[in-house]
Amino acid sequence: MALLEVTNLDVRFGLRQGEVRALRDVNFTLERSERLGIVGESGAGKSVAAFSLLNLIAKPGFIAGGSINFEGKTLNTMSERGLRKVRGNRISMIFQDPMMTLNPVLSIGEQMVECLKAHRRISGKEARAICLDKLRQVQIPSPETRLDQYPHELSGGMRQRVIIAIALLLDPDIIIADEPTTALDVTIQAEIMALLLELCEQHNVGLILITHDLGVVSQVTQRMLVMYAGRVIEQGPTREIINDPQHPYTQGLINALPQMATPGEKLNQIRGSMPSLSNLPSGCAFHPRCNFINRADGKPRPACTEQVPGFVESGNCRVACHMVAEMIEDRRLKEETS
Amino acid sequence: MNASSSALPSRWERFRDSYLFYSFKRDMVAQVSLVVFIALVAVAVLAPWLSPMNPYDLAQIDILASELPPFWVEGSDAQYLLGTDAQGRDMLSTILYGARVSLIIGFGAVALQALIGVCFGLLAGYLGGRIDAFLMRLADIQLSFSTLMVAIIVGALVKAIFGGETFSAYAVPLLVLIIGLAEWPQYARTVRASVLAEKNKEYVDAARVMGLRSKRIMFRHVLPNTLSPIFVISTVQIANAIISEAALSFLGLGMPETHPSLGSLIKSGFDYIQSGSWWITLIPGALLVVLVLSINLLGDWLRDVMNPRLYKG
Repeated sequence: MALLEVTNLDVRFGLRQGEVRALRDVNFTLERSERLGIVGESGAGKSVAAFSLLNLIAKPGFIAGGSINFEGKTLNTMSERGLRKVRGNRISMIFQDPMMTLNPVLSIGEQMVECLKAHRRISGKEARAICLDKLRQVQIPSPETRLDQYPHELSGGMRQRVIIAIALLLDPDIIIADEPTTALDVTIQAEIMALLLELCEQHNVGLILITHDLGVVSQVTQRMLVMYAGRVIEQGPTREIINDPQHPYTQGLINALPQMATPGEKLNQIRGSMPSLSNLPSGCAFHPRCNFINRADGKPRPACTEQVPGFVESGNCRVACHMVAEMIEDRRLKEETS
Repeated sequence: MNASSSALPSRWERFRDSYLFYSFKRDMVAQVSLVVFIALVAVAVLAPWLSPMNPYDLAQIDILASELPPFWVEGSDAQYLLGTDAQGRDMLSTILYGARVSLIIGFGAVALQALIGVCFGLLAGYLGGRIDAFLMRLADIQLSFSTLMVAIIVGALVKAIFGGETFSAYAVPLLVLIIGLAEWPQYARTVRASVLAEKNKEYVDAARVMGLRSKRIMFRHVLPNTLSPIFVISTVQIANAIISEAALSFLGLGMPETHPSLGSLIKSGFDYIQSGSWWITLIPGALLVVLVLSINLLGDWLRDVMNPRLYKG
């Protein structure tokens, strides 16, 4: 059985205008020490997915259905007390902005020791020793000094290292990293990502990496999910998706990378912007922006505007697209006739 | 020399380099008011050793020496520097003891306000929902009664039920309780507003992700980040509490005349102002003004330093 198993996760926000479905039909698994990427535009539901894994979505959000299984325990029905034992201990999380994640009024050491003491009965001295060890692992110079310093005395990259050290503090099984490098200097981004990858491999920690950056996903992860408007639209082995994207949206994302543009020309982009979750287009949520909505005869495919696409298997990937489904069906028919 | 001691400035060095100290050095008003305030507190605390006589000790009082004027007025007695009151008590001693009582009640009441207000504000702001609505309506109701009205009702009730004797004996804790209970919403509202701003910051999410308990997050992570507004309103509240106590004593619902605060001294002299004994009222009155003014000026400075956007009490 997989370490983490998410089935039919359905997250909603009860707003005054009515319920908004922030996530629907999200299915994925994570094996021990496997690395999974979640990509998508802002507002696609990536962060909501991350928070719902720990059952930490802020009101008015709630998990309306589905299940999150971790080591055979269902996290979404677990008591607050049971959840506290998982949070930080078995599953920890790294946030986007290291300037904001550390409490400005507590020293680095106080914050680290606090996290340790919340989960283990341990003396102050032992806790400090563990903290020093973890700070060394994230390659912070003179950790003894850093332990007594406050967050504002550290640079951004240094803080993110501290946060990684905190995430690793209790030797978790899974780290959820929500855009861990977006707020950092470009020169430091690669360093931090390499460090995170190295530590995950060293300690056999599973990683769920949430990011905009397809480059990072392709380097770090083994499998990936592409999300659009609260749904997973394509998932499978990272290499296959990057090399041969099936869904028009994934194709658009990869085409939009600066490397894919011709020098001197404008960058490629997906026209339009992501729809509001409270006002989703009918059928496939992507159809107003899709370039492949027309069939060979020039007429739009009716299913795209009428029916929410289900998943089809394509190679090792699963894709939610009518066009892809049709192509596969055509191919199968051709093979049968010939 | 080891690395950590050379890299880390000591507490005093940190304070010396801080913006707080820097702005204090440049602000004459703040310096003067701090000196005045500390001097008054010191004199009040040291009253039993500084004052020439003990005004609570009836044996030391000489009724024949009543209503003597202060030393610069003709007909004064060198033994009584600031004159005597109608009962022949030495004014200087009585004022020192009175300032002591006023300060005890002021600080005590504010400590109580802060305790209730900070807890309620934290709970309301952090937990939100029904608890928030309940506590804040409670605060609204409390604020719709003026401090003096609550104090008068409670004071009168206690006096009526338990008699004046008991009231006099427990006047200090009772006044602390009354003024403390009447003003907690000030703290609760300020703290709640800061908590609402703080709880959406990522460090709170991070603390929850770490698996910390709500109680711990509230008191150890959120509360220290709301301290500067708490400090600032505390100065205003101490001044207010001292004035409230003086007003209550003036109305006869505060400290008894045998155990006077500045307010009850002003009151006791008020009856003799017509007969020319102005010093019994005026000297404690002036001292009250100086005390409250110095606290308010300090508070003004503190607010400017800590957060210029804060509410003005």
